[in-house]
Amino acid sequence: MALDDLYREVILDHYSHPRNKGELPDPDIKVEGANPLCGDELSIFVKLDGGRVAEVRFHGRGCSISQASASMMTEQIKGKTLDEARALAGRFKAMMQGESVSEDELGELTVLQGVRKFPVRVKCATLSWVALEQGMDEFEAATGKISAKASSE
Amino acid sequence: MLAERVRADFPILQQRMNGKPLVYLDSAATSQKPRRVIDALVRYYEQYNANVHRGIYRIAEQATEAYEAARAKVAGFINAARPEEVVFTRSTTEAINLVAYAWGRANVGPGDEILLTEMEHHSNLVPWQMLAAERSARLLAVPFDEQGMLRIDEFDRLLSERTKLVALTQQSNVLGTINPVRELAAKAHRVGATVLVDGAQSVPHMPVDVRQLGVDFFAFSAHKMCGPTGAGALWARYELLDAMPPFHGGGEMIMLVHLDRSTYKDPPHKFEAGTPNIADCIVWGEAVDYLQEIGMAAIREHEMQLTHYAMHRLSEVPGLRLFGPESPQRRGGVLAFDLDVAHPHDVAQILDQDGIAVRAGHHCAQPLHRRLDVSATTRASLYLYNNEADVDALVAGLMGVRRLFAPKATRVWS
Repeated sequence: MALDDLYREVILDHYSHPRNKGELPDPDIKVEGANPLCGDELSIFVKLDGGRVAEVRFHGRGCSISQASASMMTEQIKGKTLDEARALAGRFKAMMQGESVSEDELGELTVLQGVRKFPVRVKCATLSWVALEQGMDEFEAATGKISAKASSE
Repeated sequence: MLAERVRADFPILQQRMNGKPLVYLDSAATSQKPRRVIDALVRYYEQYNANVHRGIYRIAEQATEAYEAARAKVAGFINAARPEEVVFTRSTTEAINLVAYAWGRANVGPGDEILLTEMEHHSNLVPWQMLAAERSARLLAVPFDEQGMLRIDEFDRLLSERTKLVALTQQSNVLGTINPVRELAAKAHRVGATVLVDGAQSVPHMPVDVRQLGVDFFAFSAHKMCGPTGAGALWARYELLDAMPPFHGGGEMIMLVHLDRSTYKDPPHKFEAGTPNIADCIVWGEAVDYLQEIGMAAIREHEMQLTHYAMHRLSEVPGLRLFGPESPQRRGGVLAFDLDVAHPHDVAQILDQDGIAVRAGHHCAQPLHRRLDVSATTRASLYLYNNEADVDALVAGLMGVRRLFAPKATRVWS
């Protein structure tokens, strides 16, 4: 177990210079995630345009792994549809659970593979993705309800 | 130095981690065990393993005798008036829950108040939340100041005729703060309140005399004082235990059982339903002997000196903020801190590479961390076997954390 596997240069760069950090006014999706192990908290804000992620930001506190993972996630899902984002989340979680994935599928996210060697830290890496999935579920459940209501009127 | 005399007693400290000596700085979570405690456990299972209080045969008598002798040793360790005032439980947490159920449900009612502190471990917080919700009682919490000292003025303000119970820790598991239990217990008794003290962090590290403290309930456990896990104790004045209804029902705690009713044994057996943790309670007695031979005053003195040294060395680490009282006289060897460049999980992970074991997180004290305005801290905690070399290794490790993170970041987590 070498620390270099965990603290890759790219990860430390995202940690010290997080992309898309902050809040977003009037988001379509707003969701909070928490890691009860360490008390880390994270919020994700997504604004949609034409069914695609137009803007995404995250806000919160956490360790280098959870912060870097959230920062990378925001870069990766911008411009994607919710279905595409969900598929990416699925692949990312599969990678963290030990499946082998190619760089074509996950791009820069593959640098987080090294976290698998430190099992207690896997939750740190998946925190933002699990929150995103929950946010998308809630959004679709709510909008589903709205359109169902609209069609019944 | 005391540590140099006792280190050889602890087999685990002889092993190496990643080729480096194990630097164990997590005794506030659980202490390491000396060889004679480990041997006593093996001796019990190899030579006189039998159930207590029922067998007529030789080893059953031997086990019963050893079990009750351990109770007497544990009682003597905190200067209880008699062994029957010590109820064996499986942990400090269970001891506190015993009081919350058996005493709390009989004595706390609507409108009553339970006075806690903001530095309590979840185990001295959640049972009272559950009791308060069930009995429509109110919970109040005494805050602490910037030094981590309990706000006595706030304690005085919150204490009233409505206060039914004061529940507080003798030593904080995060700040290290040693609370003036004797003074607060006297004030609580003046308004007719009962006083429960969480002694999990104090009993292993300093001389404790429950009668001198003048409290009513005192909870603590074996595994933080060189004993095994799975054994704890509740001490209470005998009259108090005698007046309380039982906690768990079952075997061992009864005199006579009919289909529709039962009569109960006297304390402490009234509160020890089922086959107890015989082995670990017996072995706890061995840990008590070990600590008493060294002397609790000597252990306290050693830890105070080492805490003083550690505080001095940690102050050399740039960007490190240590929580808790500045004077080692007013605190135990529990050193929780914040390092500006790295999250506690990252700090602990990097230290682990050097064989240094520290704790990262909220240490079962989330309200305390909220008050400090941090989500987590890194905690190094000391015991009799720690020495200056352990502290030096910690400081060197923290400098390594800075080297990895500092060029890239300033205050990136909060």
